[in-house]
Amino acid sequence: MNRELTCIICPLGCNIKVRHENGAVLEVSGNTCPRGKTYAITECTTPMRTLTSSVRCKGGKLLSVKTDRPIPKEKWMEAMAIVNRQHPALPIAVGDVIIEDVFGANIVATKNID
Amino acid sequence: MTDLVIIGGGPAGMSAALAAYEQGIRDILILERDSSLGGILQQCIHNGFGLHKFGEELTGPEYAWRYEEKVRALNIPCKLNTMVLDISDQKVITATNREDGIFQIRARAIILAMGCRERPRGALNIAGARPAGIFSAGTAQKLINMEGYLPGKEVVILGSGDIGLIMARRMTLEGAKVHAVCELMPYSGGLARNIQQCLHDFEIPLKLSHTVVEIHGRERLEGVTIAKVGGDRRPIPGTEEHIPCDTLLLSVGLIPENEISKSAGIDLDPITGGAVVDQDRQTSCQGIFACGNVLHVHDLVDYVSDEAELAGKSAAAYLQGASAPACSISLKTGNLVRYTVPQVITEKKPVTVYFRVADVRRKVQVQVWSKDRLLYSKKKASVAPGEMEALALSAEILDDVTALTISIKEEQA
Repeated sequence: MNRELTCIICPLGCNIKVRHENGAVLEVSGNTCPRGKTYAITECTTPMRTLTSSVRCKGGKLLSVKTDRPIPKEKWMEAMAIVNRQHPALPIAVGDVIIEDVFGANIVATKNID
Repeated sequence: MTDLVIIGGGPAGMSAALAAYEQGIRDILILERDSSLGGILQQCIHNGFGLHKFGEELTGPEYAWRYEEKVRALNIPCKLNTMVLDISDQKVITATNREDGIFQIRARAIILAMGCRERPRGALNIAGARPAGIFSAGTAQKLINMEGYLPGKEVVILGSGDIGLIMARRMTLEGAKVHAVCELMPYSGGLARNIQQCLHDFEIPLKLSHTVVEIHGRERLEGVTIAKVGGDRRPIPGTEEHIPCDTLLLSVGLIPENEISKSAGIDLDPITGGAVVDQDRQTSCQGIFACGNVLHVHDLVDYVSDEAELAGKSAAAYLQGASAPACSISLKTGNLVRYTVPQVITEKKPVTVYFRVADVRRKVQVQVWSKDRLLYSKKKASVAPGEMEALALSAEILDDVTALTISIKEEQA
């Protein structure tokens, strides 16, 4: 079976062709860099994405957050529910861990709030 | 008297300030109208920034922080919550804030870094009432990401620019249902990766060659009528489709914000909406430079930072008494080329010219002409309006010419 993908690793957006059979990737073409190949393989097995969102801190301010590594795409909505339940206390600095181990990633702050 | 005043503390302003500081300029002041530095990046909480500049994928606030951290460490003065009202051709800046009231600063050099704003509904001529529930995509982004309000539950998005695509995903994640993204053109104006990760990932339909022809509802939006458009971009009768919704987001283009540039008497390019600049990003007013989205709308913030570094260095060289313009070569737009930046070259040195094309084409040649002499030609697999092109000109090509035309040659099929 063949599948065409748009690579999302960088803004180039390469058009990648993947030949796969029974869940195994046999051939990847069209990618400009090795990261594209890795992306194509995971995309055909377990699609992964970095989730970004925001949480309301105690006191009402909004903090932008992200998963510190990609998590399975199918877990996004569950991850959003976990993130939205959290109300961290201030102050917070860029990189602070807000929630540990959400589908294999930590939710970290992407902004400073005093 | 201040050596260098930078108007705008977003990615362009910060990057320009740091570059000028590195060149030895110490008397710098950044004026920023918001309550913090960072500009629009503060509300762009998604990732994908910084791959070129830092080799890693950052969110908007993280990218901004990389620069703000340096600005703070170097103690470069900033006035926040400060709105610039006017710049005179003598480089006198009139601004206002709550502490200083209305005040004036005389600058030896100015860098314009005010960014851009979104094209509003009024520019689109959509028929119907004016109910609540119609937002520009950036306004919705601010409401959700900065204020924590979801502006609606049932959404249609007009325009497939990157902000619209990003908001389709963001609103879906926060529990809204995005019914469709309509794009007037037969191709999307957004990055291919955003079509994939913001629309396809959530099975949101992208309706190319479609537009909104009517808005329904009196107090609150109740629905929109969309229709297919023909090659002339006019709606085709009989193709109308009604979509019930409470929210319409507009992602239909960005306009450089140049009101104060006009009052300074700076020449503007009617196509970019930004200043006419030379290779150093100096405007038609000596000592006033421009960079970032106030000059022309960029695809990536990484490119904004690059351009701002150039403007910062150039402003420093001007303050340190660099020589006067040595030549005047105008850059003209030929077949399929909408605009170039810079528009004029005043010094014979290697120059990178950035330009945008008017339409999507495959297999083309980028050509540089001086009258009827072809000076340069390079093959390119494809060009698209959504992707800024860069063309490196050597100093030699600038010998004995008064004007250069950048043109796209379409190869015979």
